[in-house]
Amino acid sequence: MTEPESQEINPIGVMFAIVQRELTLAVRHRGELINPLLFFVIVITLFPLGIGPELNTLQRIAPGIIWVAALLATLLSLDSVFRSDYEDGSLEQMVLSPMPLTLIVMGKLFAHWLLTGLPLLLMAPLLGMMLALPLESLPTLVATLALGTPILTLIGAIGVALTVGLKRGSALLSLLVLPLYIPLLIFAASAVDTMAAGLPITGHLFLMAALLVFSMTFAPFAISAALRISTH
Amino acid sequence: MIPWFGWITVLLLTAGLIGALFLSPPDYQQGESVRIIYIHVPAAWMSMFCYMTMTIAAVIGLIWRIKLAEVVARVSAPIGAWFTFLALVTGSLWGKPMWGTYWVWDARLTSELILLFLYLGYIALQNAIEDPRSAARASAILAIVGVVNIPIIKFSVDWWNTLHQPATVSKMGTPSIATSMLIPLLIMAVAFMTYFGWLVLKKARCEVLHRERNSAWVKHLIEDSKH
Repeated sequence: MTEPESQEINPIGVMFAIVQRELTLAVRHRGELINPLLFFVIVITLFPLGIGPELNTLQRIAPGIIWVAALLATLLSLDSVFRSDYEDGSLEQMVLSPMPLTLIVMGKLFAHWLLTGLPLLLMAPLLGMMLALPLESLPTLVATLALGTPILTLIGAIGVALTVGLKRGSALLSLLVLPLYIPLLIFAASAVDTMAAGLPITGHLFLMAALLVFSMTFAPFAISAALRISTH
Repeated sequence: MIPWFGWITVLLLTAGLIGALFLSPPDYQQGESVRIIYIHVPAAWMSMFCYMTMTIAAVIGLIWRIKLAEVVARVSAPIGAWFTFLALVTGSLWGKPMWGTYWVWDARLTSELILLFLYLGYIALQNAIEDPRSAARASAILAIVGVVNIPIIKFSVDWWNTLHQPATVSKMGTPSIATSMLIPLLIMAVAFMTYFGWLVLKKARCEVLHRERNSAWVKHLIEDSKH
């Protein structure tokens, strides 16, 4: 094996290049960009229609609904995060490139979060108000989503990387990933509930931050390993 | 090995069941229905033991590329899923007379159910990938991610709700369970374990024969068995 020329690889530069590429791609396909967000809004609209418009009931179940909807919307949008790259072969190039695959993966996922996680975050207070959440618990809702949606992306991407080579991976993906989302759902929804009850929530938020750091540290390695197997 | 495990299982199951159903006393609160513990608790233990076995075998297969370890991981998963299912069903049947309901969203029941989902995901991924080698490697990663997550899931669910009685046997030294009940319980647990070993070996043999069905030594075996 020949040693590559001792050119300096700037990891941050690599990540930025990937993020920029992903964002450009997304802007070129603007229609697909909005779909997960619309899905999020529609799912949440369905619940009051199915359950009835009593504000007390809605308020009681609002954190859970918003979180489950965010979880499903992320999963839906994640399904395509590696697919087009897999189909046109650029994923193979990324796997073969001398850059660390974990960095490329982080760049892609960061772009994905900017495009889907962030809009969910901005949309959530509005939907929370529609579901009669008290105003003072809205910041908590946003805080849990801010800490939680990156975790959703990171854990979900492991499942996506494992199933990217398969023809019909979507249903399998939910089976693989949803059980892993459970702790997050529990902490996040109960943080909003606790806030609504007027109790301190720093413990919940610290736990979620710990989960975020944990998954940021380990998930990229699992994703890279899975991508290597899938492109094998 | 296979007949050994088989006979030990038969022996221990008989002894354990006699102990469980006839020799051990009925509980002073729960009456005869306590006897379901002799199936329920070993099955619940096995559900975790199988997952650990599966993951360790999968990791060995992933790191050293040992085909046999991949086979063991693959065949352990359905057995573990059935043990988990058995634990859930017996728990639910036991819950009816005790708690007055078949299902409660209690921490242990819920984490057992999630464990079942993890098994099913693992099996589904195994089945979805055609090539057995890459199926083994992909699902090994899933198993590792699952193992990392199990304590977190366990902790979160415990924290979320708790109704199930705390573990009675694991208190070393002074188990809060009568010896007359503990002995058949432990015999049953060992019996379940040898049963698992027996099944894994049998299924692994089938799986190896199936994978190597085009190789010369399998054809020789078939030829020999015809005579």
